[in-house]
Amino acid sequence: MNFPAIFAIYKYEMFRFFRTLMESLLSPVISTSLYFVVFGAAIGSRITEVEGVSYGAFIVPGLIMLSVMTQGISNASFGIYFPKFIGTIYELLSAPVNFLEIVIGYVGAAATKALLIGAVILLTAHFFVDIQILHPGAMIAFLLLTCISFSLFGFIIGIWSQNFQQLQLIPLLVITPLVFLGGAFYSISMLPVGWQTVALFNPVVYLISGFRWSFFGAADVPVLASLMAIGLFTALCMGVIWWIFKTGYRIKS
Amino acid sequence: MVMTEIVKVKGLRKVYEGGFEALKGVDLTIRQGEILALLGPNGAGKTTLISALCGITSPTGGTALIGGHDIVTGYRAARRLVGLVPQEIALEPFEKVINTVRFSRGLFGKKRDDALIERILRQLSLWDKRESRTRELSGGMKRRVLIAKALVHEPRVLFLDEPTAGVDVELRRDMWKIVEGLRADGVTIILTTHYIEEAEAIADRIAVINGGEILLTENKTDLMRRMGAKTLRIDLRDPVDAVPPALAEYNLSRTDDGHSLTYTYDTRGEGTGITRLLQALAAEGLALRDIQTTQSSLEEIFVDLIKEGAA
Repeated sequence: MNFPAIFAIYKYEMFRFFRTLMESLLSPVISTSLYFVVFGAAIGSRITEVEGVSYGAFIVPGLIMLSVMTQGISNASFGIYFPKFIGTIYELLSAPVNFLEIVIGYVGAAATKALLIGAVILLTAHFFVDIQILHPGAMIAFLLLTCISFSLFGFIIGIWSQNFQQLQLIPLLVITPLVFLGGAFYSISMLPVGWQTVALFNPVVYLISGFRWSFFGAADVPVLASLMAIGLFTALCMGVIWWIFKTGYRIKS
Repeated sequence: MVMTEIVKVKGLRKVYEGGFEALKGVDLTIRQGEILALLGPNGAGKTTLISALCGITSPTGGTALIGGHDIVTGYRAARRLVGLVPQEIALEPFEKVINTVRFSRGLFGKKRDDALIERILRQLSLWDKRESRTRELSGGMKRRVLIAKALVHEPRVLFLDEPTAGVDVELRRDMWKIVEGLRADGVTIILTTHYIEEAEAIADRIAVINGGEILLTENKTDLMRRMGAKTLRIDLRDPVDAVPPALAEYNLSRTDDGHSLTYTYDTRGEGTGITRLLQALAAEGLALRDIQTTQSSLEEIFVDLIKEGAA
């Protein structure tokens, strides 16, 4: 393993984050606050409790997941797309590094950024609602796994994208709808029976459900199913990335 | 592999999707410590060859060894020896010079070495700009940053892909000095260029590539001596209407005004025929005003080679 190379990529990417620290943190904090105002105060005041939890607190895990997923994807996709776009990818391809080292560097940095933003949102949420974390260890594990898996997914999007429009395409058209329909703001059990079955085909349901369980001890699907879903998604992303580097898809001619 | 050979390419092929064959079995040997100029017209395969050797593109066939390490099976060891300055200026615009150079060293698995980075940046007249963002630099400075990035992991082989493309004459000469300095430090340099003058000025050996094939690899001086015809221009005091019949064996050409005769000869032969020609001119009663010799430039040789290859 070329650890100095991994660290160099990681550090370089983190510098980019710290260079624009205010913009990086302010934007998710403001949007989360807005969600609390709209869903927590305006709409939430008409909903007393969901599964024994106040609605304001109930949406916190979903909001964190929403931010962590979108940030993981956007950071990782931009991280690898930008060198492709400006041509500095030559440096990575001609360096004595393998695909795993490149992935650890970029995905590690993107996951760290997403994790930091997740932590900031959790902190912000404390200003609006009282939150209890029943299983803190599981909460951290779910958060970490989600950061890593969605950063891996973002890395794939960054490699696949051939322009900035494509970079935004999947997060906007696929991820945001999946998160909104995945129970970020409601419990699946609140849906009509037919839609509950449809919702079970949405992989994000399993992630949000598992994460929410770590907070309140209640879940839409079994925790093991949530863990399996996130493990499967991570393995799938790793497999695709391995194939990308093996074939040189859109990075090597 | 002979000890002095640092790069050995054998039958290297590259076929792109769609069937275009950019490299058709390239054989090339590069000796340690030399400057090899790789010449060729646009689309000849220069950049593809460099890209394949550096790991940017995957070769379809053949083998290449750098420092005895196969570029595919021993890519880590091979790439550690190689520095690459790409043709296009590719730098992250918002990054500081010193950070982008440090990043390059880290990528090659080397520990941070501020003293070395300072030395390289000073050599390239970039030390004062170390805290500048790369987008604030001039084109020439950006090229030097690329060189600094390529040198910071202390490579033994440096590939310079058209390093002076689009830069002014003064900067080009500065770049030549840098290249000479690197050679003095024992770095082997492979240089692709469109400027024949550049190859003529700094290269030890010349390789000519066209259509994905190496047409020749030869010592620059030998090549110029072997292929370079010399001409002797004789300016006459009084013009002549025609070349005198007694001088027919010399195949002289006459200028329109009849004031000059030109004699083309080969220095490789036992005799150039100049002495006999001058005696013959005197015998014909032609008085000379001036004589001068010129040799074919590398550019003329290059054009001839490309034409021959195409024929």
